[in-house]
Amino acid sequence: MPTATPISRVNDFVIRFANVNGSGSASANEMFARAVMRMGVPVAPRNIFPSNIQGLPTWYEVRVSAAGHLGARGGTDLMVAMNPQTFDRDIAGVEPGGYLFYDCTKPLPPSKFRDDITVIGVPLTAICNREYTDPRQRQLFKNIIYIGALTALLDIEVAVVEKLIGEQYKGKDKLIEPNIKALHIGRDYAILNLQCPLGIRLKRTNAVGDRIFIEGNSAAALGAVYGGATVCAWYPITPSSSLADAFTRHCAKLRIDSATKQAKYAIIQAEDELASIGIVIGAGWNGARAFTATSGPGISLMQEFIGLAYFAEIPSVLFDVQRAGPSTGMPTRTQQCDIISCAYASHGDTKHVLLFPEDPSESFEFGAQAFDLADRLQTPIFVMLDLDIGMNHHLSKPLVWDDKRRYDRGKVMTAAELEAGKDFGRYLDVDGDGIPYRTYPGTHPTKGSFFTRGTSRDRYARYTEEGAPYVDNMQRLVRKFDTAKDLVPRPLIAAASKPTKYGVIYFGSTSPAMDEAIHMIEARGHALDRMRVRAFPFHSSVNSFVADHDFVFVVEQNRDAQLRSLIVNECGIDPVRLVPILHYDGTPITARFIAKAIGDHLDQLKVKPMKVTS
Amino acid sequence: MTYLAKPKFHHPDLPKNELGYTHRDYEGTVSTLCAGCGHDSITAAIIQSCFELSIEPHRVAKISGIGCSSKTPTYFLGNSHGFNSVHGRMPSVLTGANLANRDLIYLGVSGDGDSASIGLGQFAHCLRRGVNMVYIVENNGVYGLTKGQFSATADRGSKSKRGFINTDNSIDLVAMALQLGASFVARSFSGDKHQLVPIIKAAIAHKGAAFNNHTGSTKSFDFVREHNEAVNRLDFISSRMPIEVKYDPGTVEVVEQHDGSKIALRKLAADYELHDRTAALGFLQHHAAKGQIVTGLLYMDKESEDLHAHLRTVEAPLNILGESELCPGQEALEKFNASLR
Repeated sequence: MPTATPISRVNDFVIRFANVNGSGSASANEMFARAVMRMGVPVAPRNIFPSNIQGLPTWYEVRVSAAGHLGARGGTDLMVAMNPQTFDRDIAGVEPGGYLFYDCTKPLPPSKFRDDITVIGVPLTAICNREYTDPRQRQLFKNIIYIGALTALLDIEVAVVEKLIGEQYKGKDKLIEPNIKALHIGRDYAILNLQCPLGIRLKRTNAVGDRIFIEGNSAAALGAVYGGATVCAWYPITPSSSLADAFTRHCAKLRIDSATKQAKYAIIQAEDELASIGIVIGAGWNGARAFTATSGPGISLMQEFIGLAYFAEIPSVLFDVQRAGPSTGMPTRTQQCDIISCAYASHGDTKHVLLFPEDPSESFEFGAQAFDLADRLQTPIFVMLDLDIGMNHHLSKPLVWDDKRRYDRGKVMTAAELEAGKDFGRYLDVDGDGIPYRTYPGTHPTKGSFFTRGTSRDRYARYTEEGAPYVDNMQRLVRKFDTAKDLVPRPLIAAASKPTKYGVIYFGSTSPAMDEAIHMIEARGHALDRMRVRAFPFHSSVNSFVADHDFVFVVEQNRDAQLRSLIVNECGIDPVRLVPILHYDGTPITARFIAKAIGDHLDQLKVKPMKVTS
Repeated sequence: MTYLAKPKFHHPDLPKNELGYTHRDYEGTVSTLCAGCGHDSITAAIIQSCFELSIEPHRVAKISGIGCSSKTPTYFLGNSHGFNSVHGRMPSVLTGANLANRDLIYLGVSGDGDSASIGLGQFAHCLRRGVNMVYIVENNGVYGLTKGQFSATADRGSKSKRGFINTDNSIDLVAMALQLGASFVARSFSGDKHQLVPIIKAAIAHKGAAFNNHTGSTKSFDFVREHNEAVNRLDFISSRMPIEVKYDPGTVEVVEQHDGSKIALRKLAADYELHDRTAALGFLQHHAAKGQIVTGLLYMDKESEDLHAHLRTVEAPLNILGESELCPGQEALEKFNASLR
């Protein structure tokens, strides 16, 4: 018996699979997560993988939460330790009273274990060697066998997993039967030899609702399809490659002309990031909706072109799926570390529009909206995902589209308007919003042509190095950026249950952890108003939110408090008022981390009433 | 210096083309390059080519990088949209523009710094892809705007005005274009208008990546003139014109292009085979070793395809497609949602 009481919780635990990458574990582990969802229990899996093809440690963490907490929690209740390389530290990460599941084919000395956890051994290798002769089969079925054992240990409905196997191998039907057999080998072993179920277990419920299980990159790519993107140019880079892959897949299904079988899209895997953004800018200049998908290093490479698109005012969309920098950094780890490099990308005075989706559902929404904004504002729009949103499956609201919605193609002067004698100046601010009219190349035989350039020009696009027209143009660009403040998604505010002097600002993938942390902070006796920022430039409500509170915590996943710097800089706020809460070790931020960091601050600030002595 | 407007007046009897445009309708602003620059000869040849082909000026997009050569699109086709992009990146910008609207004619103008140095990668990859364009390199072996540094196409051993000797090997863009799969490759001397104009016209009519290297220089005119080894002379015949020129039998090959236009080639080198990429490369290298610059239409693929054919894109320009063609709608989305539960 363990020295700590075994954890006993239904539909509320964290299980972590420790594997070697390249061993085929990913699909088995994903099936486990889907089984939890199919039992109506909210689930949040996170794949923690190395930048490598084969042989390095990989983990797959599955958070099961009937309460619907989908952020990373921290700590592990059940460790499925399948990787000898990391065995010791995997065991160290188990919560007191937690469980260890391991392959007991080879006996291990008692010193390898802990006395405060429950140890469950299944001789997986011995079973596989007995059942299979082919080494590859031994490896692959080992994964399904441990899933089988877990169905018994965690009370997972075996029919749910059988159905998932059938779906996964649909079209490769020969594989269904052997997988189901392997599943039952594991399940039967556990039922016969182990005490089932454990203190942590699943129970069918109805808490998933109509939510879908999707990766942010796939949702963002579908947003680009719905938003009318026709040109995609990209260069492979983790963690954004799967966004371009998903766009390719979605287009093959949704964008082939039914009569001619021809493609209503063009995708170029370019030679590098410079060519990718160049193609996007060329297409945007010529009136197509175009995007690239990249990550921080790609943004660094694209700087010169981004400045051109800003200054020459060419609609373009960039999906930046952020990973830990600087330099190559940690390519397979998550961060929100490109905020400053995107907001002020390129040399000279530049400012760019950034959108911060919190999950796949918003990645779809902003992914589509980015193209309307790019056309309306005639400037680059950055959709800032991160590895956590992009590459992990999330239980997300279903995607919705209003069929009445029409694309906003912005201010484009037509041949008829030119013919009618309407004055055309490419950089002429006719409406006072800083946004000029443009023409597509080839519009009219004698009117409306202009020269696009990165050099300074006057309101009629004529080259000039005179100071006054240069300043005039730069001021108009500032006006245009001000116009953007009311066009981009507004921040969302959630008031605390009671009036408070303290607030918190957060954005992007921090969202689910923040939502959970707020309950933990409240449980410590603190109240906190919340603002989720969804775009840059900041709406005026960001200024008023800060003004309305004594202190505002700014929670983000980078070292240098980049969003905080942006708020201080753009809203002219005294930095003392903004307290940075920073998590940047490459793992997704957790509710426990936020609750502790903010809670400790507030404990210090909290004025305890003086004891009144009579 | 700002914008130099040219007077719009012209002689009432100026010849008009089929569309009723005069030569003046294809001009741009006044050139600001050095007097006598070979680039201006190329500008003039482009104007003449477009006039003679009766191209609607606004149906041409002219795209360039940065440098002396990249400034030239301002000096021709004033009614066309132009894009002076960033150094060495004309090919990617043009590729994107071409993907957006396959119906325009794309003139990519570049220089030796732009294409052989900073943009060597983009030069290579756009030719590999077969973007339907006329890729013009105005190649003079020197950086003009920054006052006379060597470019990567300068011959080894050449001496700059300041007395520096170039010790680096030179890049032969024509040989590279052949290796990279360009389906139309030509080299001409900017001082030879009779060679230049038909080549540009044929390149415009060609479907696929047409690479034109125009050698011209402020310092090596005489050298080029002396060492020019022309393999053929071209007459370009539009699809609307009957072949009127008479040739001696056996000296002329008539090549038909995608759009029905024809090129009549008068062979100057009897052993030159226009449709054999490998032989063309060998011929070039053999003559280069002897210090000769081979000019003319050097290679042409009769079966060329462009990038749109590779991508199987719809016939309509992508930039005119709207919601009904592009947006799958809520019904498709509900099916998608259902597949993810």
